[in-house]
Amino acid sequence: MSRHLTRLALLTAAASVVLPFLAILSAALQPESNLTPGLEWPSDPHWENFATAWSSAGFAALLKSSAVIALGVVPLSLVLATLAGYGMATMELRAKGPLFALLMLGLALPYEAIVIPLYYDLRSIGLLNSYWAVILPLIGAFMPFGVFWMRSHFESLPKELTEAAQMDGASSSRVLTRVLLPTAWPALTTLGLLYFMWAWNHFLLALILIQDPAMRTAPSGLGKFVQQFGKNIPLLSAGTIIIITPIVLLYLFFQRHFVKGILAGAVK
Amino acid sequence: MADTAVLPAHRAGRETALRPRRRRRGRLTPLLYVLPALVFYAAFVIVPWLHSLWISLWEWNGIGVATWAGLANYIEVFADPALRSSLLHAFGFIVFYSVLPIGIGLVLAALVAATPWKAMPLIRTILFLPQVLPLVAVGVIWKWIYSADGPLGLDSSWLGDFTLAYPAVGLVGTWVSTGLCFLLLLSGIGKIEPSLYEAAKVEGCGPIREFWHVTVPGLRKEIAVAATVTVIAALASFDVVYVMTGGGPGYTTMVPGVQIYQLVFTAGRVGTACALATVLSLLTCAVMYGLNRLTRER
Repeated sequence: MSRHLTRLALLTAAASVVLPFLAILSAALQPESNLTPGLEWPSDPHWENFATAWSSAGFAALLKSSAVIALGVVPLSLVLATLAGYGMATMELRAKGPLFALLMLGLALPYEAIVIPLYYDLRSIGLLNSYWAVILPLIGAFMPFGVFWMRSHFESLPKELTEAAQMDGASSSRVLTRVLLPTAWPALTTLGLLYFMWAWNHFLLALILIQDPAMRTAPSGLGKFVQQFGKNIPLLSAGTIIIITPIVLLYLFFQRHFVKGILAGAVK
Repeated sequence: MADTAVLPAHRAGRETALRPRRRRRGRLTPLLYVLPALVFYAAFVIVPWLHSLWISLWEWNGIGVATWAGLANYIEVFADPALRSSLLHAFGFIVFYSVLPIGIGLVLAALVAATPWKAMPLIRTILFLPQVLPLVAVGVIWKWIYSADGPLGLDSSWLGDFTLAYPAVGLVGTWVSTGLCFLLLLSGIGKIEPSLYEAAKVEGCGPIREFWHVTVPGLRKEIAVAATVTVIAALASFDVVYVMTGGGPGYTTMVPGVQIYQLVFTAGRVGTACALATVLSLLTCAVMYGLNRLTRER
């Protein structure tokens, strides 16, 4: 009895996640002119809506901007977080306290709290409406999570590993690159994927700091598209699917990394 | 079985720190490693935050000359019904982003822990999916679902209704957070001492008493963690509201994020926007600090 109840509950939960996707897919395949109400598979699916969204509605260009930003954010963030995580792991306890508190603050701070001054500051140095306007602040905002993440990885390693190398007279940078880094690939992969996802999905900073339509990112382009062409449901739906596809594929390929990273990240 | 991917990470997080492993090398070396990250963090998070604090003390339209306002903008945040209600809406979202998902997650996790199922990995993949989607896309999808003649076949859009719009937007938060809460809590159940369940059985506890007296107390830490993450998401909600309603109809779904955007870009009240941003970030930090204290005890 309780087994059937459990399965029913799980299936209901899973269905409630999947149904909205089916709804948007069915909407994306409708003819642009007359939309059939209700959740129904179109008898004559209009796959060309995807082509229209991709080229003339400009979603291809939006993906390119998002890719540029994500690929700009991820490598530099990983390097900085690795260095800092290593530094934190080897640091004396006394110096750690304030640094810890400062970084903790960054985990709670909403983007709303920094976006306005960023807008005016970046404008005054001429960086507004450039990819840097989003890349640089995102790197800064991503640091607390990454530093904690890499630090906890380095601290989970047996200390004999580094002590042996230090006995042999290895410098701290040699210990990091030769001894610790080879153990860090799984942790770095997870962190890199999370960074990529967050950068790809990020909306608020992208919306405000890049207002030039030619450089908009996928989420902010979609946000603007809703306001301008919100009535054109098939095109809007096709565009939405185009935008979520890369991140969904990435999630399906690297599922373990995503689940592990997000759950473990939540625990910190 | 279901939570194999989850457990190692938890364990790593729980291991206590190693002793400082340096010998008598330069004391500043570790700081040099931290410095680049710190510079980015300070330049693009801390300094803007402080700058926002500074702007919030001025009356400024973003273009002209600013005049000193002292704390007037803060008084406005709490006195102006529209601004105050945006904060209340954000806190109200905690019901949808945190309370409901944790409640549903607890019940599901307790049920699943008692009866394993081979299909669980697939279910897990599906339930976690909302966590990786851009929230803007989630908003677009749900806007279509709630619309008149949408998949639900509604006569008129819920998002245009003064009473239904707020819960309708809130439920999207429930949709996003529930999978995360469920998996977090499920991974926690695996760590509860089996002997506690046996003791409960011996004492004749039914499944409901067992749930309240063993499972829920045993998951205290995971519940607090789920609450922290989802409360932060509720208070900082912007994407979904911006796309679905823009704060309307009227002010019924207005949240601080959207309010700040409008204050800056349509009303030209930059000082007020910064005051609201400061209040929001202080409240968020306070809530996080409180929940953090709750987990540390014990």
